[in-house]
Amino acid sequence: MAAPVFKNPVIRWIDHRLPVFSYLHHEAYEYPTPKNLNYWWNFGSLAGVMLVVMIVTGLILAMQYTPHVDYAFNSVERIMRDVNWGWLLRYLHMNGASMFFIVVYIHIFRGLYFGSYKAPRELLWQIGVLIYLLMMATAFMGYVLPWGQMSFWGATVITNLFSAIPVIGDEIVTLLWGGFSVENPTLNRLFVLHFLLPFVILGAVVVHIIALHRFGSNNPLGIDTKGPQDTLPFHPYYTMKDMFGLGVFLLFYAFWVFWAPNALGDPVNYELANPLSTPEHIVPEWYYLPFYAILRSIPDKLLGVIAMGASIIILFFLPWLDRSPVRSGTFRPVFKWFFWILVFDCVILMFCGKYAPEAYWMPFSLEIVDADTFTARVAEVRGIAHDEALTAVGDMWGVNAAAGTFGIKIVRLGQLGTLYYFAYFLVVLPLLSIFERPRQVPLSISKPVLGGGQSVAHATAKSMEKA
Amino acid sequence: MSKGRILLGLTTIIVGLAAVAMVAANPVHHATVHSQSWSFTGFFGHFDHAQLRRGHQVYKDVCAGCHSMSLLAYRDLQDIGFTEDEVQALAAEVQVEDGPDDTGAMFERPGRASDRFKEPFPNEQAARAANNGAYPPDLSLIAKSRAGAGFLGYEGADYIHSLMVGYEEPPANVTLPEGMYYNHAFKGHQIAMPPPLSEDGVTYADGTQATLDQQAKDISAFLTWAAEGNLDERHRTGIKAVLFLVIFTLLAYAVKRRVWADVH
Ligand code: HEC
Ligand code: HEM
Repeated sequence: MAAPVFKNPVIRWIDHRLPVFSYLHHEAYEYPTPKNLNYWWNFGSLAGVMLVVMIVTGLILAMQYTPHVDYAFNSVERIMRDVNWGWLLRYLHMNGASMFFIVVYIHIFRGLYFGSYKAPRELLWQIGVLIYLLMMATAFMGYVLPWGQMSFWGATVITNLFSAIPVIGDEIVTLLWGGFSVENPTLNRLFVLHFLLPFVILGAVVVHIIALHRFGSNNPLGIDTKGPQDTLPFHPYYTMKDMFGLGVFLLFYAFWVFWAPNALGDPVNYELANPLSTPEHIVPEWYYLPFYAILRSIPDKLLGVIAMGASIIILFFLPWLDRSPVRSGTFRPVFKWFFWILVFDCVILMFCGKYAPEAYWMPFSLEIVDADTFTARVAEVRGIAHDEALTAVGDMWGVNAAAGTFGIKIVRLGQLGTLYYFAYFLVVLPLLSIFERPRQVPLSISKPVLGGGQSVAHATAKSMEKA
Repeated sequence: MSKGRILLGLTTIIVGLAAVAMVAANPVHHATVHSQSWSFTGFFGHFDHAQLRRGHQVYKDVCAGCHSMSLLAYRDLQDIGFTEDEVQALAAEVQVEDGPDDTGAMFERPGRASDRFKEPFPNEQAARAANNGAYPPDLSLIAKSRAGAGFLGYEGADYIHSLMVGYEEPPANVTLPEGMYYNHAFKGHQIAMPPPLSEDGVTYADGTQATLDQQAKDISAFLTWAAEGNLDERHRTGIKAVLFLVIFTLLAYAVKRRVWADVH
């Protein structure tokens, strides 16, 4: 591609010595992008915007925040009450974390559906998973900073998980705590890391983009671009489309910040951390709930931690678990169903992570009731004594078909959900790669007509060669 | 993109959001809380200053005997319509410890507008000793730390209101321990706080009839303001931000359409 000629002499002078402008022109202006991207492709740039929002608001918050157990809670309240526009900064940051995760989850599921993880984009995908892991760590540490009840108890529960690691587990926990429990040194190190990690994420995002620009974006058809007729320059086509998407997204973000700023958080975090009083339910933020459900669905601590870790690590291997040559789910009639069940499964898992494992979900009356209430209902409906009902319910699934009492124990539901989650990656995808007969894939983006008699393998051969 | 695809996408987003909402809204209620209508809910919601001043009166005359409100200073009351002089007079009603002076001794002086609300007890132990071993929590953030903040609504205010009017005779099968009271809004129904409000228990400066329900509403509104004093400004800023964003989004859409018009 010809180097652009810049009219401005200063820019020309700089660019001759340090070709940043040529580079930007190449990567953000003329960068050829498939012309058929749909709105699911907006979420990558939205994630980038959210990272910038988090860094900017976070930096200003950090100027007012005090990382000390005796002052942290009140320093956050000071930001809310006395710092000019402090409430706005904090609510932008606090809800920004949720928005960031919503965007990234959509971004990830987009990739899962359209096969963006397949050759030649395996590394791109893996860097994405790494970014996601870093985000989880960052948000966890950020949540500890305001030093409310859930900050403290969340930190206690999560850091304690490391003690499940054989031999060195306890050492690791001591290292994390900087002492013998979650206390001031813990808060200090989490603050430092919370400050640092977003910049590590920034670096990872740059690498992510470099990897992306090697082969360019995947697209809803999941086929390679075959030439200029299939692409558009990034600017103005996708800059403008992203701008529109950004507007819609910011409206959504604004709703939370201005009218429901605490709806996504736990009210208990407005109580000062108190090591002597454990909250009734220790619940992580919504974006961790599916993993929390996986953790709790396995009775053994170590195995639970392993399962939770594996549920993310497995994503690194996805490109080799799904060997179907067709990328886009659009052309995979069977895959499609399993994919949507996976989405649904993650919602169910999120739900399970929220409630006490011993509670019961009663789908017909749309209620969650605790074990006592459930047993009492069973006793009432069946007209039996409480003790008898206890044995009837037992430690079973809790399904009680007697009229009016149909409930599923949350932990059981979580186990089903966990089972499907792993089965999707370890069983369904490998088997589909062998047995599924994909629909015919179009020959090219600009000619979305099906190639008469072209075989699927043929149409995707090129992408396989690159691998 | 086909209509069906868009529909599917939208459905996913809506189902996802509904799930988040369901998870966030926490439908497990152990106690009965009734929602009330408040002036500060909804997109244009704002505090009713007359109500907040009545609420302050309830706090000062009743709750302040047991509950601290350590995050508020007297001068904050200017935000709800007290004049500077009134605030100074209010602050001067209490004696606060200050010092050390030039001789190194601590001394008492009348409160100033910049002082935080005076706390009823010197420490938690003293508070417990005076309350049968129970600790009356600080009320600065109570409206945000109880029962969830919900969507647009303020369940914290609903909860405090229900708690204030929720005292009743215990059912026949419940025997209350010494110093405990029965309240249907409280988790577990047994609370160590004696019923703080009674009909005409306070005499409102603005002449409003002090029914139990009126006092309960006023104190709940006041505590919501104490926890979330920036609410009015937040809503106003929100409206402006949304107006700006709507225009921005429409413009962006128009430009996007123009730019893409020649793509087939
Ligand atoms: C005689 C002392 C006393 C007075 C006066 C008093 N309270 Fe309390 N309050 C307590 C005690 C003690 C508790 C702790 C109750 C418990 O944990 O069982 C409490 C708890 C509370 C709680 C927390 C309930 C919960 O969910 O944990 C609220 C809210 C509350 N009081 C509001 C008020 C308000 C509003 C007033 C004034 C109208 C008031 N109190 C007056 C002693 C008092
Ligand atoms: C990847 C980007 C980031 C994420 C996901 C994130 C997440 C979070 C979360 C969830 C909280 C708790 C909010 C609350 O409940 O109050 C928080 C608080 C905080 N964060 Fe971040 N953050 C990010 C970037 C940053 C950066 C770059 C800084 C500073 C350089 C920063 C500084 C702070 C401070 C000072 C707090 C405590 C104040 C408060 O609680 O509101 N954050 N963060």
